[in-house]
Amino acid sequence: MEWILDHLDDITSLGLQHVWLSGLPLVLGLVISIPVGWLATRARWLRGVLITGSGLLYTIPSLALFVLMPLVLGTSILDPLNVVVAMTIYTIALLVRSVVDGLTSVPDEVARSATAMGYTSVRRFFGVDLPLAVPVIAAGLRVAAVSSVSMVSIASLIGVDQLGDLLIDGFNREIPGELVAGILASVLLAVVFDLLIRLAEHTLTPWRRAQQGSSA
Amino acid sequence: MIVDILQWLVSAEEWSGDGGILVRLLEHIAYTFMVILLAGLVAIPAGLWIGHTGRGRWMVTVANALRAIPTLGLLFALTLVLLPRLPGASAFIVPSIAVLVLLAIPPILSGTYSGVESADPAALDAAKGMGMTGRQVLRSVEIPIALPLLISGIRAAVLQVVATATIAAYVGLGGLGRYLIDGLAISDYVSTAGGALLVALLALALDAPFALLGRYLVSPGLTGRTPRALRQTDPLPAGGTA
Repeated sequence: MEWILDHLDDITSLGLQHVWLSGLPLVLGLVISIPVGWLATRARWLRGVLITGSGLLYTIPSLALFVLMPLVLGTSILDPLNVVVAMTIYTIALLVRSVVDGLTSVPDEVARSATAMGYTSVRRFFGVDLPLAVPVIAAGLRVAAVSSVSMVSIASLIGVDQLGDLLIDGFNREIPGELVAGILASVLLAVVFDLLIRLAEHTLTPWRRAQQGSSA
Repeated sequence: MIVDILQWLVSAEEWSGDGGILVRLLEHIAYTFMVILLAGLVAIPAGLWIGHTGRGRWMVTVANALRAIPTLGLLFALTLVLLPRLPGASAFIVPSIAVLVLLAIPPILSGTYSGVESADPAALDAAKGMGMTGRQVLRSVEIPIALPLLISGIRAAVLQVVATATIAAYVGLGGLGRYLIDGLAISDYVSTAGGALLVALLALALDAPFALLGRYLVSPGLTGRTPRALRQTDPLPAGGTA
C-alpha cells in the first residue's frame, strides 16, 4: 500500500500507456470487424474462410505475435505499433464471429418488415440489423477487452512500456508492493473497460429498457 | 533477415544437444500435456457435478473472474511466494506448472458445465422416465451432449497453456519460450523470431487435432450428420430442426 502511494505518478503514466495500447486495438478491431462480419453473412463460403481464418490467428501465442510483428511490419522490436497491430488482430479474431452471430440472430420477420417499409439495404443494415446485433457484439467485445488488458502486460517482455513494467520490476527486485500494484491497476482497468462497454450497450439499446425495465 | 531466421530453423546444430530445438519442443509439449491432464482431473468432474446438480455455480464465477488477473502478474506473484519455500530446481518449475494448471481450469470447467447445461430438459425427463438413475443419465445422456463444448473448452485451455508456458520461460521454465526470452535478453533477433515461429507452429499443430476429435467423438445425433445405416431405415423425413 505504501509503495502504491509513493509511486502514484509512475502508476498513472504507465496506466495511461496501458489504456492506449489495449483500448485503441479494441476500437480499431471493432471498426474492422463490422464490415468483415457483414461480408461473411453475405457469402456462405466467405463465412467459413473468415471464421476459420480468424480462429487460426487467435491460436498464435501473444509473445510470439509481438516478436514476429517487426518481420511483417518492418518496424523496430521496441515500436509500440507492434503491440497495437497484434492486439487489433486478436480483437478481429474474436469479434468477427460475434458480428456474424449478432447479425444472423436478427429475426427474419423483422428484416422482412424493414424491407417492406421501403428500407434500402444500406439503411436496413445501419438502422435495423446492426442495432439489433449490439448485445451479441458487446458480449464479444467484453471478452476481448478483458483478455486485451491482460495480454498487453506481456509486451513488457519485449520492452514496450505499460503496467506490465510494474510486474517485471516488482518480480526482479522482489518488491511485492510493486507487483501487487501492477496486478490491481490492471484488474481495475479491465473492470473500467467492462463498465464502459456495458454503458455503451445500454445507451445503444433503448428498446430493451422499454421491454423489460432497467435490468441491464 | 527472414533468410537468417529460416537458416536458424533448419540448422542441424540448433536441433541437437541438451538445449537443442528438439529437446525444447518436447519439453513444451510435455508441459502442455501434463498441465491439461492435471487441470482436466480437477475441472471435468467439477464441471460435471455443477452441471448435473445445478449446485456450486459460484465456482464458475470465481474461475471466470480469475481471467481478469494479468497472466504475467499471477505467474510472478506465485513464483515470488513459492521460490524461497521449495528446494533446488523445483523452485522454478513448480510455480510455473501451478499457474499453468490454474489458467487451464476455467476454460475446461466452463466448457464442461455449460455443455451439461445445454442438455434439453425434455431429453433428461425422457431419460428419467425410462427409469435411468442419476448416474446413468449423466453417463449416457449428459456427457455425450456435453462433449462438443467440453472439447472446445480443452482446446482453449491447450492454446492458453502453450502461450503461457512461453512466458513462463522468464521465471526459468524450459521449453520453446527459452529462445524468445533468452533471445530478447541478448538482443539476438534471429533466435527470438525463430523461437516465436516454432511456438506459433506448435500452437497450430496442437489445435488441429481438436477439430478432428470433434467429428469422431461427438454423437452423430447431435451434429445432424445421420449415420448411413440409420438413414436408410429411418421412416422419418430428413431435416427437421436445423
